[in-house]
Amino acid sequence: MSHGAGGKASRRLIEGLFAPLLLSGPKEQLNDAALIDIGGTSIAFTTDSFVVRPLRFPGGSIGELAVNGTVNDLAVSGARPGAMSVTFVLEEGLRSDILEFEVRAMSAALRRAGVVMVAGDTKVVERGKADGMYITTAGIGSPIPGIHVNARTVRPGDKVLLSGPIGDHGITILLARADLDLEAALTSDTRSVLPMVEAIAASAGPGLRWMRDPTRGGVATALNELARDCGLGVELNEESIPMRDEVRGACELLGLDPLHIANEGQFLAVVSPEYAEIALNALLQTAGGQDACMIGEIREQPANTVIVNTRYRGTRVIDMLVGDPLPRIC
Amino acid sequence: MRYVDEFRDPELIMKASDEIRHLVDPGRHYRIMEVCGGHTHAIYRFGLKDILPENLELIHGPGCPVCVLPMGRIDDGLGIANEPNRIFTAFGDMMRVPGAHGSPLEHKARGIDVRIVYSPADALQLARKNPDKEVIFFAIGFETTAPSTALTLMAAEAERVDNFSVFCNHVTIVPAIRAILDSPDMRLDGFIGPGHVSTVIGCRPYEWIAKTEGKPVVTSGFEPLDLLQSIVMLLRQLQAGEARVENQYKRVVPWEGNRAALRAMAQVFELRPYFEWRGLGFISQSALRINDRFARWDSERRYPVPQTRVTDPKSAQCGEVLKGVLKPHQCKLFGKECTPEQPVGALMVSSEGSCAAFYNYQHRKSLVTEITAMA
Amino acid sequence: MCLAIPGRIVELIAGQNQVGVVEVAGVRRKVQLGLLSEDMPIAGDWVLIHVGFAMSKISEADAAEQMHLLSMLGEHEQAMEEVRGYGMENSSHSIAANDPVNTSGSQSVFRPPEN
Repeated sequence: MSHGAGGKASRRLIEGLFAPLLLSGPKEQLNDAALIDIGGTSIAFTTDSFVVRPLRFPGGSIGELAVNGTVNDLAVSGARPGAMSVTFVLEEGLRSDILEFEVRAMSAALRRAGVVMVAGDTKVVERGKADGMYITTAGIGSPIPGIHVNARTVRPGDKVLLSGPIGDHGITILLARADLDLEAALTSDTRSVLPMVEAIAASAGPGLRWMRDPTRGGVATALNELARDCGLGVELNEESIPMRDEVRGACELLGLDPLHIANEGQFLAVVSPEYAEIALNALLQTAGGQDACMIGEIREQPANTVIVNTRYRGTRVIDMLVGDPLPRIC
Repeated sequence: MRYVDEFRDPELIMKASDEIRHLVDPGRHYRIMEVCGGHTHAIYRFGLKDILPENLELIHGPGCPVCVLPMGRIDDGLGIANEPNRIFTAFGDMMRVPGAHGSPLEHKARGIDVRIVYSPADALQLARKNPDKEVIFFAIGFETTAPSTALTLMAAEAERVDNFSVFCNHVTIVPAIRAILDSPDMRLDGFIGPGHVSTVIGCRPYEWIAKTEGKPVVTSGFEPLDLLQSIVMLLRQLQAGEARVENQYKRVVPWEGNRAALRAMAQVFELRPYFEWRGLGFISQSALRINDRFARWDSERRYPVPQTRVTDPKSAQCGEVLKGVLKPHQCKLFGKECTPEQPVGALMVSSEGSCAAFYNYQHRKSLVTEITAMA
Repeated sequence: MCLAIPGRIVELIAGQNQVGVVEVAGVRRKVQLGLLSEDMPIAGDWVLIHVGFAMSKISEADAAEQMHLLSMLGEHEQAMEEVRGYGMENSSHSIAANDPVNTSGSQSVFRPPEN
């Protein structure tokens, strides 16, 4: 299970098995989407699968995640999503009203994101498999002109921006599972980040170096990947990382680190110092970007490492997630 | 968050840190042990070592119930659950701790019904909701957690929930401290005493440390200001040549402890004559087992238990690190064969184990310091 | 065994023996109150929660006293600095709260050193 959690084990599976045998093109960086050339036109291409229990949760459902997830992967790779395909793996006996709900949810999400669904497939598996349903989406898009995101362009002194509060999605799911008997007025943050990406691209394009959506594994994992890919250090200020009280409360109660919790409607951007304020202002003025902030910067040292400054001049290193975040009592 | 944020006030932290620098004798090297794994975790999480003077050394003690649990107990517990219609429940902390044949999560991948619970009450609830299954609760923890297990067993008895049992691994803190003080390699100046264990047992059980061993003890809270204030109190005693038990965590710890909790424990548990502690060996009168009245809810009497014993690889130096004789990075396996991803010893698995805490917070920083120094 | 969090009792559940609901930063959870049977909390009380059980009531007075002590840290040192500034540090006299004020009319509260 830890191989799917988004952290170190996932990475080993991808880098150790899939990449060498299946992927072509430059393998040093594994980005959210691939840029390929088809008959002289540059196209961004990505795919993702969605497995979530429960299927429906406060703030969204698996269908919405499936659309927004792929839209966001394309957006943070610097592409405007154009078209998507979807495949459903359905559990035998799944109620038709549940399926219809998800399809409607996807339709609404597609409309909001301005993307069309052009192809699809459905398979049914035996009862007891598929947790109700699994959804896979693939998407293509065209590169947004004027921006070129690549970890190798990141330089010491660049600023790290975050679009909004962390942890909403992961904690909402944890609470929705009801195993831990916690209640809070939290909802998943699932949404398309495309409008915010477009805003940054339009205002600060030349200074935009890198973007990523911190899904499974959280901000800690995404930034560790960046640190590794650019060979530099990332320094965060704990005080500036926004999170809702309820996320904080749940994490304190359960002994979880909010930096490892999944987000489905946020993204990180690294911007050159000259454009950082401009980029931040663009986000703040975009609908949904009102909680955006600068959370840190890139440094020469410590290389390949993410450190966090606590509020009283202490520092600690944060690592990628190892397996799923587990509640603790000690 | 109230009663949390005020104790993380940066200005007061700097004040406390200044006071500590003012109090230390520059010619003296202080060795203070924090017994409790939760304190170890807090020290690293808040980066407190960065703001303490160089000549004040914090030694990590053995108060980590996951770390001292012998591997064989995990195998025994999972072995019980390896039958149809049985559910193995445990705290999240246990899920990645390896037995001889894998961790609970690995057993889950092989088909055993393993579930994380936040509370023993949740495990009992699972039993109520699944009358056709047998629920086993793998209980761990010091005296902080034992009363909750006790109340849960009392509820099981009162309601006659028969498909529930507890595999009890509760241990007591005082014998562990005694083992540390009896160790010939150990030289300590004082103790940051357990915080939450003390809400149950109070502060009296530590008086012998001050009276007989002549070391001051300050029972401490877990926020940065709590720990720093406790260190101030210890330093003041050391400066004055005193050795007393003091309670820094007054807002929560009653000097006499929690009578209702102690009564619940007495009703349900009895002391085992001896118990094996990973890294410390057999210690007498150091662990709890379920008494005869609650025998039918005792997994060890309900099911056959092979009493598996697994020895740690000789190269793993968990015992010495546990006793504070070695620092984590001084163990031969640290960072190489033994990492949080592939833990050999429990000190690397548990997030409050000294090796895991050191690895996650300190090790990479010090590697970096080496590289930058060389550059 | 140490992760315990302060939370506020928001509800006592009627009919359920010694069970309540506690709130931590907007997150609610059922909590077992049996360990506080000798001094049962009421709604509004703050308790320390560990593995779903309330372990202890939090004393607001003790917390306030602790904060006060912490804010005073270093202040006795400042007072000593002031004293040194008056050249009093080698004096056999120490300053006491009810030392008589100098009767000559000056506002000094320190007794002059005896020669």
